[in-house]
Amino acid sequence: MALADYLPIPTSKLPAPLRGPSTKFVLEDGTPVHGMLAQYSKTPDLVHAVEAVRDAGYKVWDSFSPFPIHGIEESMGFSRTKLPYIIGVAGLSAAAMGFLLQWWISGDYPMVVQGKPFTAWQPFVPVTFEIGILITAFTTLIGMFAFNGLPRHHHPLYQSERFLSSSDDKFFVYIEATDERFDPEATRKLLEKTHPDHIELIGQRD
Amino acid sequence: MSVEHPDQRTVEQLLGREPESSQPSPHDPGDGSLIDDPALDAPLVLGGRSLHEVTEIVCGYAERPAPKWWLPALLVSAATAGVGTMMILYLIITGVGVWGLNNQVNWAWDITNFVFWIGIGHAGTLISAILCLFKQKWRTAVNRSAEAMTIFAVTCAGIFPAIHVGRIWFIWMVFPIPNANAIWPNFRSPLLWDVFAVSTYATVSALFWYMGMLPDFATLRDRADRRLRRALASGGARSLPDTLRAYIYGVFALGWRFSNRHWHRYEVAYLILAGISTPLVLSVHSIVSFDFAVSVVPGWHTTIFPPYFVAGAIFGGFAMVLLLLIPARELLPNFKDLLTLRHIENMAKILLVTGMMVGFAYAMEFFIAWYGANEFEFYVFMFNRAVPDWLHESGAPYWWAYWTMIFCNVVSPQVFWFRRCRQDVRIVWVVALLVTIGMWFERFVIIVTSLHRGWMPAQWHMFYPTIVDILTFVGTFGIFMTLFLLFLKFLPIFPMAEIKAVMPQADPHPEPEEAPAVSGARGDDPEAAGGAAPAPAPAHPEEGR
Repeated sequence: MALADYLPIPTSKLPAPLRGPSTKFVLEDGTPVHGMLAQYSKTPDLVHAVEAVRDAGYKVWDSFSPFPIHGIEESMGFSRTKLPYIIGVAGLSAAAMGFLLQWWISGDYPMVVQGKPFTAWQPFVPVTFEIGILITAFTTLIGMFAFNGLPRHHHPLYQSERFLSSSDDKFFVYIEATDERFDPEATRKLLEKTHPDHIELIGQRD
Repeated sequence: MSVEHPDQRTVEQLLGREPESSQPSPHDPGDGSLIDDPALDAPLVLGGRSLHEVTEIVCGYAERPAPKWWLPALLVSAATAGVGTMMILYLIITGVGVWGLNNQVNWAWDITNFVFWIGIGHAGTLISAILCLFKQKWRTAVNRSAEAMTIFAVTCAGIFPAIHVGRIWFIWMVFPIPNANAIWPNFRSPLLWDVFAVSTYATVSALFWYMGMLPDFATLRDRADRRLRRALASGGARSLPDTLRAYIYGVFALGWRFSNRHWHRYEVAYLILAGISTPLVLSVHSIVSFDFAVSVVPGWHTTIFPPYFVAGAIFGGFAMVLLLLIPARELLPNFKDLLTLRHIENMAKILLVTGMMVGFAYAMEFFIAWYGANEFEFYVFMFNRAVPDWLHESGAPYWWAYWTMIFCNVVSPQVFWFRRCRQDVRIVWVVALLVTIGMWFERFVIIVTSLHRGWMPAQWHMFYPTIVDILTFVGTFGIFMTLFLLFLKFLPIFPMAEIKAVMPQADPHPEPEEAPAVSGARGDDPEAAGGAAPAPAPAHPEEGR
């Protein structure tokens, strides 16, 4: 993933060093090739296809489906996300800060209420818990977006009208041209072996 | 369709018995949704729908013209909300004296309504979080609308504690904001815990709801985008509604593009949100109950309150889900294929279970009041609540509130022991209505009957609501219904991605020998399965692809 994927502006409008690696292949009209897209109609077909692409050794590629598919991590061969560790650290730190906040405030502004001690830890438990949960929830959502490179309101894939069906009932495999194994002929042959409905080249435009 | 597992027949024959003819329920629509056999899964989507048909049905609610009843219903709700808003303005301008509060009963309808609404707000998170952790796939039919309901109910709930402080311009003092007077809130007060619990709950529920809707916003965006492209390609003009949809849904979709690498992190994040929402939902109503339990008022000072309040919240919340979704199921096209009778039956069972828990809590509070040998506490339960004033000279003038609560919350759900009652949507709806009424009375009984008689008879005062009390409460129903009707029209009311993920077509390794005739939607091929089920109504026939 290039840095450009995280930025909220179309890639073509970025200065060259941020644009990510360019490719040596061009379309008929001279546009650099961004990748090759194959479409499937059934879940098992997609799973077989991603297994084939994984076994062929591609690294810069992705698959798309209208819903999360059980066990696709193994089929695509990527490792589990590190997101939970970050969330855990953030949540526990937030809870600790929440406790310190209450402890400091109650010592700074001591109020006599029914003769109870000012800085006993027990009454601080509920608010500590709630602050921990609140920050955990925000970290989860923001962390998920950041790891996914979202928000990104543009992508070369959306040039393809077929790709809009990825949100409905079609499945796609997309191999990016920046992959070192990418070759228009060989990649097309590999994808053709997986019985797709359609294969097309996507240009580097967004 | 009579559904019987082949093994059962074999066992019966081996035992030398004639197989007992299974009595189909009179409400069984014959689509396999009411299978009782634990070896078979009831289909979650009926009519042998394809993935595309699910998209068409769900997006259809947001894209097609609203049904005829929608606009009048919205106008009535919005007018009611307007009346409620006027009452709140009147209260703020005049002061809390416009409510029927007195020196003794200083919390009444305001806090009753607050606890009532926040309780209703618990079903959504329960369905999305706890049922998600327990892998209850049937939750996909109701989770989106229940989560929406949660947020709208918490919105209504939040109004009351804010306005009951009287001088609302000082409400900022509940937050630890540094100020010139160096005054800080008291973190040892349950009322402050409540501020943090409810605001955290509202925020996390909204995040959870939004995260679930993200892929569905992307679906709506892509459909609008496709129509715009087709219009441009055929030389037509861009339609304004589709342009607005592509932009607005597009902005909210944040560029979601259904990548499986994204889905992986999304699912991990969703599971974590479900994991933290589960203790959150349990903590919120526990903390609400601390508002009472941590005080020393007889009738409030009981350790059973946290679990009792949580069970009551789930009970009331599910009742509200049923109250809203049963009419929606009748009124919106194809709703029944996604929200089947089995879903209704499951929720009726949850009403029965939580109703029994609440009933147990009522009995146990009473028992402890007697067993604890605290005469004041026993007096509250016996003579402020249970014994009518026409039976005993110091009996309860609020006896009818107590017995309404018992009838609605404990007696009425008992009909769900019978399968016929669980499967009759009319009976389920009536019980849900009774439970909603009963849960309001529960909070009224706890708050008003405990407060209205002080330690000395000179402190005994009845509470009578004023018209402002009543119209404010009615107004919050208007706010709730307005928001819910807007939700039904403009947002994806079913989680499309989640429904598709539990459909048979989503199985990456389908078993080829599976018999499609067992249930309408089990087979891999929807056309083959459709033959066994009743002919499905076309999703939206006139719309081509």
